[in-house]
Amino acid sequence: MSITLNALTKSIWVFHAACSPCNNCDIEILDALTPRFDLERFGIVLVGSIRHADAMLVTGVPNMKTAPRIKYIYDQMPKPGVVIAVGTCPCGGNMFRHSYNFVKPLDEIIPVNAYVPGCPPKPEALIMGVVKLIKALKGEK
Amino acid sequence: MNQMIDFLIFPGLLFTAVCGMLASFVDRKVTARVQWRKGPPLFQPVYDFVKLMGKEMVVPSGAHLLTFLAAPLFGLSAIVSVSIIVWNALSGGSAGFSGDLIVVVYLLAIPSIAVIMGGFASNNPIASLGASREMKLMLAYELPFILAVMVTVIKTGSINMTHVVRAQAGAGASAVAGSPSGIIALAVAVFCIQAKLGLVPFDIPEAEQEIIAGPLIEYSGPALGVIKLTRWMMLFVVPSFAVAVFFPSSTFAGNILRYVLLLVVAILLRNTNPRVRIDQAIKFFWFYTGPVSLLAVGLALAGK
Ligand code: SF4
Repeated sequence: MSITLNALTKSIWVFHAACSPCNNCDIEILDALTPRFDLERFGIVLVGSIRHADAMLVTGVPNMKTAPRIKYIYDQMPKPGVVIAVGTCPCGGNMFRHSYNFVKPLDEIIPVNAYVPGCPPKPEALIMGVVKLIKALKGEK
Repeated sequence: MNQMIDFLIFPGLLFTAVCGMLASFVDRKVTARVQWRKGPPLFQPVYDFVKLMGKEMVVPSGAHLLTFLAAPLFGLSAIVSVSIIVWNALSGGSAGFSGDLIVVVYLLAIPSIAVIMGGFASNNPIASLGASREMKLMLAYELPFILAVMVTVIKTGSINMTHVVRAQAGAGASAVAGSPSGIIALAVAVFCIQAKLGLVPFDIPEAEQEIIAGPLIEYSGPALGVIKLTRWMMLFVVPSFAVAVFFPSSTFAGNILRYVLLLVVAILLRNTNPRVRIDQAIKFFWFYTGPVSLLAVGLALAGK
């Protein structure tokens, strides 16, 4: 495993890409970043610009408006970068999958590295997802 | 050969980088403790830096390539030069050259100018907004900062860093901060340092919650890494310049101790204040801090 990838797993800067969620997942993400859960001890910091990001937290269903945009944002992320699908919505569409403007699940639009199901997932689940992702990154490469 | 060591190892690039990373760790750790968290591990700045060095660098299509990529390097080289001059004086090195105090004051402005250049070159409206705020902030704090430094120049009668340090730290000599005018000047300088470092309450150019990352928004990968490194170095170099000017010690360890004191003041100020608006910042520096520093200069001229 290369040094930079090792450093990446210890300093993940996350970008929060809201892809038309119901806002519940966003609140849970913000919860996970509060002092109570203290994600900074793993080097995880929320950044506002996709150019600084190593991980995209995508929430919500990809619909006709957001699907092209989420792909556009993914293309702007400097690689290596990972995508985490937060909530059942991006994982598979949730109850919106029969909606008139649903396009397809997130992993058919951009590559997804981790799925955190739940409606919404608790901060603990989110942290577990990130920890599992870090383990997978270390094991694979 | 000797000069290369000065530039690259002590007191140049390597020394400043290591101390800057330590300072940034202390900053984040103390902030975490203030919020009752555990905080990042000791090597967090190193991980951040190595990670950024290994990432892809994206240059926006409308950006001016040369300016966009050269700006971070300008800032880095300026701050390394400042560190060489300041720590040469603080560690009792060679005599320096006449007027290096003025050179340092100019060089300290270059990292901010580099950020402005990079912001405007990146062809992003938010970056331009951040850069224009940075420019206004510079106009605001430079005047009180220079006036505060002038108090020391009047008191010690020298514009050479080594002489300034020796005049205050030698046997029987007293520090500038021991006199009324010196205390006022130091207090003014503490606020100006906060603005120079871009820490809360004066982090207006980078205001995360309103304009994302300001001038840095389009930077990624190694270029962002260099900018972050410059920031960490500034966290070390700018307060140590204030130590050299206002209350140096004759020993190296004493100087480090005094630097840590100023760093803790900066971190506590940062953690206990909300961000001000740009117009409030300019008012604060021009209408309150400016006259106070003028008063300090007057007192110094009167020998107080
Ligand atoms: S997964 Fe549930 S909580 Fe999250 S955005 Fe979808 S509907 Fe809302």
